Amino acid sequence: MKALRAARMERCIGCHSCSLSCSRQVHKFLSWNKAGIRIASAGGLSTGFEARLCLACDPAPCAKACPTDALTQRRDGGIIQRKKYCIRCGECAKACPVDAIFLDHMVNPYICIHCGKCVEFCPHDCLEMADLPKRSDDKGGSK
Amino acid sequence: MIRDYFRVMLVNLSTGNTNIIERPGRSEYLGGTGLAALLFEEFGHMDRDWDDPEQPVIFAIGPLTGYFPLMSKTVCAFRSPYHNEYTESYAGGKSALSLRFADLDALVIIGKAERLTALCVGSRRVETRDVEYMRGFDAIHTGRVLRKMFPGSGRRSIMRIGPAAENLSAYACINVDTYRHFGRMGGGTAMGVKNLKAICVLGDRGFDLPEGKAYTKLYKDIYKKLTTTEMMAKYHGLGTAVNINPLNELKSLPWKNLQQTSSPEADKISGERFADDTLLRNAACAGCPVGCIHVGFVREQFQTNNQYLYRQVGYDYEPIFSCGGMLEVTDTGDVLRILDVIEKEGLDNMSAGVALAWATEALEKGVISEEETVVKLAWGDADTYMKGVELISRPPNEFYRRLAQGTLKCAEHYGGEDFACVLGQEMAGYATGEVFFVSEALGFRHAHLDSGGYSWDQSHEDKDVDAALDFLIDDARDRIVLNCMIGCLFSRGVYKDELLAEAMEAVGYGGLNGKMAEIGERVQKLRWRLRMGMGYDPNKVKIPKRYKEITTWKGPIDTDYLEALRTGYAARIMELGAPLEDEE
Repeated sequence: MKALRAARMERCIGCHSCSLSCSRQVHKFLSWNKAGIRIASAGGLSTGFEARLCLACDPAPCAKACPTDALTQRRDGGIIQRKKYCIRCGECAKACPVDAIFLDHMVNPYICIHCGKCVEFCPHDCLEMADLPKRSDDKGGSK
Repeated sequence: MIRDYFRVMLVNLSTGNTNIIERPGRSEYLGGTGLAALLFEEFGHMDRDWDDPEQPVIFAIGPLTGYFPLMSKTVCAFRSPYHNEYTESYAGGKSALSLRFADLDALVIIGKAERLTALCVGSRRVETRDVEYMRGFDAIHTGRVLRKMFPGSGRRSIMRIGPAAENLSAYACINVDTYRHFGRMGGGTAMGVKNLKAICVLGDRGFDLPEGKAYTKLYKDIYKKLTTTEMMAKYHGLGTAVNINPLNELKSLPWKNLQQTSSPEADKISGERFADDTLLRNAACAGCPVGCIHVGFVREQFQTNNQYLYRQVGYDYEPIFSCGGMLEVTDTGDVLRILDVIEKEGLDNMSAGVALAWATEALEKGVISEEETVVKLAWGDADTYMKGVELISRPPNEFYRRLAQGTLKCAEHYGGEDFACVLGQEMAGYATGEVFFVSEALGFRHAHLDSGGYSWDQSHEDKDVDAALDFLIDDARDRIVLNCMIGCLFSRGVYKDELLAEAMEAVGYGGLNGKMAEIGERVQKLRWRLRMGMGYDPNKVKIPKRYKEITTWKGPIDTDYLEALRTGYAARIMELGAPLEDEE
């Protein structure tokens, strides 16, 4: 399977088009927070930008932490999200090792689902869909 | 979805009170410059000076901010310390999207804090902090400290002032997110006089989008148009600095305090040269895929044994003209070093450069002496100009106090008015000819972007006064419509009235098709009424002698044509700004 990678962030100009695109197309919001990818400066604009997004863990600690199976393991890495099962406990965000899950004020989680819809809206080709390596069947504790 | 009313946060720094207020008028004024003028009409005081604590500083965005690409700018409106009349200035950075996601169409600040203060607002937050310890901090240092004080990294905007605004220079700017500025007419000082060091706007909310695919499809269409046009390639590639060479060839590049309109040295500070020698990277305003912000790099050895420091400095055409050509500084690194000081002190770079150019010529001619200038200002001497910038920002004597209030005001006292390159304020970098000079000298913001006079000069050899004036008025109105939205003016070739109406419809606010020109005219008149109500008389605007002595690609300036344009434009502006009862 493929996963979204912010492979060339040294090219990023900080336009937030990726976040806006994710929020608009995937979550049906106008937002730069309610998105699977979010951009921040790495300490002021003079230091460049970094992207916060799911790195496609396998096993995914967020899925393991989810008590209601709203998040389940995606094959080869990352998660599948079923919003209707979410009880908004926020445990997923706590479990994420790279702070890639955004919780809004209602504790709704926003996580990259690796659909790749943001890629064409990056004007500097910072993003790409990359093949994930096949993993062994031993999931080391994932559900 | 777009509301049919405006949601405004009103902060009173004197009382500490904050209110959320709602005002009607979306269909009549759209937002942006229209909303700012509407709010100034309500909260501003025509009979009190700019430094009265009750005068408002207004930040407003448009209905399409964040909804479409390049709808990424904020207008700041205030009574200007430069001319004590109503004015406005525009900036991007993350300011516009932060206000959108703070769920505010506008932020209005009135009153005066007792001590230096930082304000933080968001959709669920209002907070002031005493930052008296930051008095005298430069604008870059201030940004660094504020980033640690408030939450929301990456999705917030930090607007702050430097020492020049604390010291009430008439052309101190508001620095927005390091590389953008509410640059002109002294917006920084409008904050400084309120003891307001900084405003942090947290963009911490999101909004539902309309059902169906119409909006996402239109977004994609506009995105493609904006990122594939040649015009955008210009702003993204070399950036506005690309203008140096063509304007030099057209004998329209102000050089050495406009003693010349071209120079064989100009190529040394061209856009191409800046890109080759200094360009570190591009950056963008939030919501704009174009990325016109050009950040240059210069390193300096500050000690022996290979000890270097580096500076990252934003550049554009205007700062290169004002701190390069006008001062005959022809080394790209030197231009960036001067701009770096201006950035830190928090001055408008055009005004600061032009003011120093006048001071250099005045010193050369003996109008003033080193007793006034403290340092020996000399063409091309970047190190001395860097000191000169600090002297304007932190005036040690009467001369610099006057110079910090405006070049012409200083010249009125010491002499040398003939060669003060002032067109309403220190000029923009277009010595293109009669139409531009009149357009900037008399125009609403005294900005080259008020109307395309510079473009008319470059494409018209005829001297048809009425045609030129019709163009100035109509073009200004068209730009006002875009400034109501508020789209970046670089996108004006794409965002025509019909597309703007279609964009509004796609986010649930239809019925504006065919009405944009009417709205533009309504706002145009309101802005002029406000300014004239505070004493502006376009008939009294003088165009200094220097502008009548130059030669452009069309030959020597035609003073009869210039005068006909000046009186004609003044009459048109008087009509636009006539009191409301006369209009009906």
